[in-house]
Amino acid sequence: MDFDIVDGTLSDGAPDGPIETRWDRHRFDLKLVNPANKRKYKVIMVGTGLGGGAAAASLAELGYDVLNFCIQDSPRRAHSVAAQGGINAAKNYPNDGDSVWRLFYDTVKGGDFRSRESNVYRLAQCSANIIDQCVAQGVPFAREYGGTLANRSFGGAQVSRTFYARGQTGQQLLLGAYSSLMRQVASGKVTMMPRREMLDVVLVDGHAKGIICRNLVTGELERYAADAVCLATGGYSTVYFLSTNAVNSNATAAWRAHKRGAFFANPSFMQIHPTCIPLQGSAQSKLTLMSESLRNDGRIWVPKKKADDRRPKDIPEDERDYFLERRYPSFGNLVPRDVASRAAKQICDEGFGVGPTGLAVYLDFAEAIGRLGHENVEQKYGNLFEMYREITDESPYETPMRIYPAPHYTMGGLWVDYNLQTTIPGLHALGESNFSDHGANRLGASALMQGLCDGYFVIPYTIGNYLADQTPDSVSTEDEAFDAAEANVRDSVDRLLAVKGERTPRDFHWDLGRTLWDNVGMSRNPEGIMESVGHIRKLREEFWQNVRVVGSGDTMNKALEYAGRVADYLELGELIAIDAYNRDESCGCHLRTDHQSEEGEALRRDDEFSYVSAWEYTGDLGRPRLNREKLDFENVHLAVRNYK
Amino acid sequence: MANVENRSYQLRIWRQAGPNNPGKLVDYRVDDIDPSLSFLEMLDHLNETLISKGDHPIEFESDCREGICGACGVVVDGRPHGPIPNITTCALRMREFADGATITVEPFRATAFPLVKDLVVDRSPFDRIMQKGGYCSVNTGQAPEANNLRIGKETAEMAMDSAACIGCGACVASCPNASASLFVGAKVRQLSLLPQGDVERATRALGMVDQMDEEGFGDCSNHGECEAACPKAISIGNISTLRREYVRALAKG
Repeated sequence: MDFDIVDGTLSDGAPDGPIETRWDRHRFDLKLVNPANKRKYKVIMVGTGLGGGAAAASLAELGYDVLNFCIQDSPRRAHSVAAQGGINAAKNYPNDGDSVWRLFYDTVKGGDFRSRESNVYRLAQCSANIIDQCVAQGVPFAREYGGTLANRSFGGAQVSRTFYARGQTGQQLLLGAYSSLMRQVASGKVTMMPRREMLDVVLVDGHAKGIICRNLVTGELERYAADAVCLATGGYSTVYFLSTNAVNSNATAAWRAHKRGAFFANPSFMQIHPTCIPLQGSAQSKLTLMSESLRNDGRIWVPKKKADDRRPKDIPEDERDYFLERRYPSFGNLVPRDVASRAAKQICDEGFGVGPTGLAVYLDFAEAIGRLGHENVEQKYGNLFEMYREITDESPYETPMRIYPAPHYTMGGLWVDYNLQTTIPGLHALGESNFSDHGANRLGASALMQGLCDGYFVIPYTIGNYLADQTPDSVSTEDEAFDAAEANVRDSVDRLLAVKGERTPRDFHWDLGRTLWDNVGMSRNPEGIMESVGHIRKLREEFWQNVRVVGSGDTMNKALEYAGRVADYLELGELIAIDAYNRDESCGCHLRTDHQSEEGEALRRDDEFSYVSAWEYTGDLGRPRLNREKLDFENVHLAVRNYK
Repeated sequence: MANVENRSYQLRIWRQAGPNNPGKLVDYRVDDIDPSLSFLEMLDHLNETLISKGDHPIEFESDCREGICGACGVVVDGRPHGPIPNITTCALRMREFADGATITVEPFRATAFPLVKDLVVDRSPFDRIMQKGGYCSVNTGQAPEANNLRIGKETAEMAMDSAACIGCGACVASCPNASASLFVGAKVRQLSLLPQGDVERATRALGMVDQMDEEGFGDCSNHGECEAACPKAISIGNISTLRREYVRALAKG
């Protein structure tokens, strides 16, 4: 593995000094666009999830002219909709000791000290405003009998700070943002562009000034110009083929921005979620998550005897190993996701797994039903139990769920500074598509918090700082940069159609996913990673000689859309592997088997690796340039995470 | 994972190249289907076979594949989202279909949902209805402290029952009049139950109902098919609320 390493090129742009006042001081220092001038500026927002939808609505409310794109038929379908468990906020309503500082501390520690303190502190500060905003929109959060908001606990925390709306919190928060967005569409401040896929960013004099989209109904390539561009296009877990993400979730917008100059940070930081329904069959298209909130009341166990094929209820209590409670007595079943996933993998690798494949552990509600009663358990988890039953044909009221970890969320993403601006001036990245807040592991109920924080409370301030220096409406789609970008996209679409090979895009994707899961999944070692890099290079070469895409480019053609995404996964996959190889330590989700304790816990190497790996595209996929952003921990002192 | 219990099916699927082309049901056979697969995974499997043969795959919509995004939705054997009540198409499993069964698959049909291609229809009228008042007018930053507003647990739960709508359009596809009353009623009821929605209660009911009419959806005549087809089991009681809210709004002038 051979690449150049550069230090000192990246600055997060956050002010120094006391962390509590950094955001306040920064906001004061940001340039403003005066209210009368805002309408002269046009902003492109790609994506309509919690980041994009919230941002598009908020920017329009401020007076900016917003063009909002999504690949679905409606902005309400963005994948934020599928988040189940909840959203964290440092409200301290339960009076159990929460504070902005504690949420900040838990998030930095939960991320295993690989996130940026300034960003995380701001996130914790804004968290309370998010709940206020969502309630004002009519989001029907769960309530106590007295009418106040209810909270529950979640992994990685010892306070109850999670707000929820049954098991559909993401849906309700998204519909809140979507309703604000629809209001702005009605007011004429947002122009909604559904069924468009962004296939390139257009740079004029080095600044992002537009995008090229494919109209997914007509197949036409379309040009859009603006004064700034924001990507809120989600994560890239689908690179693993089987993940909990939606089947249309993809990496294309972020990847193409990367190839135009946006650095890609920590691509190998991939969250493997512990509670997913295990693989049922080989033709399966995706894996389904069961909310982490289930770990509040469900107890995770395996039989003490290997390959015990008795029915779970026939296994007596003293022949069960509640391995999380045993190993982590103070956090028990509520350890962070990376710890829970790894423990489940270890115990299954040792031969204690259950179910037909041996790749599953039990999540048991018998004790909770006994303690709380059937009705209360149903009220808390009814829809999740029903979803499990639909998929597996088994009722969790009667027999324990079987669960196994699956790719779920990407902490890595486009590198952004404190203003959420990428390394391309004018190009911003929000929500899961950026890398900024979760380090090497994201705590549960923090994705919704981050998406909405970026969309409602960060970008509305920070984008003004960029726009204030720009002359509005200075670029038109007639610019030759648009000609070149459109030609580039047209060429890639035509190439896909021209190969006329034998293997389907899905087959390539499955193959890529398998090598990444085996070698750059829950545990990693240098030899396996290298093997994966070799395999991915071969696959990519074969793809361009042997992929089969039928139909034409001038109509709706989902197979063609998908082929383009797979082509990008085959490039991104290699960068993920290179990043995992370079990070010669374990941290959070990134467990290198050559850096673990005897008990299998991750061993960080802070002296060498307290940095963000921001990869720069050089034109040679096999030789990206590594820009290191040093991370300083002035407020949360570096320590070995201990959940015992 | 070849399995002795795998099944074969005879499929009859609606193919139509575009809104202005003629459409027809086309026969396909699928073999070796694991009964634990979802209906959409079965269609994925068929599409892989079609691509291998050089045929155009069938266009259909889906995204989250866990019953919450509302993107999927086809008519299976005459019923939106298939024979099992109150689930989405993506949640429908092949074990519900006997080995050798013939299954007919068609798009959601309604004047207001023009066909795009094969099984894909245009449901953008729902967004336009939402634009006519399906919100509380509060700008980012204007919200008061959340717990200043106390809302009874039962009220919050009832609002949530209505808010659970995923906007899939099965209510429209199942209704003999192709009415969107359940969709509109669910949003109107959610916001009429909550104090946040009170300020714009009248304009919301009028605006959303008028837009529903303008989009070409029919009227509700109490068939009740919508409730049976709704993947979130949203009660037809929401339509009663809608009527009350509409009349109340008219009376207010």
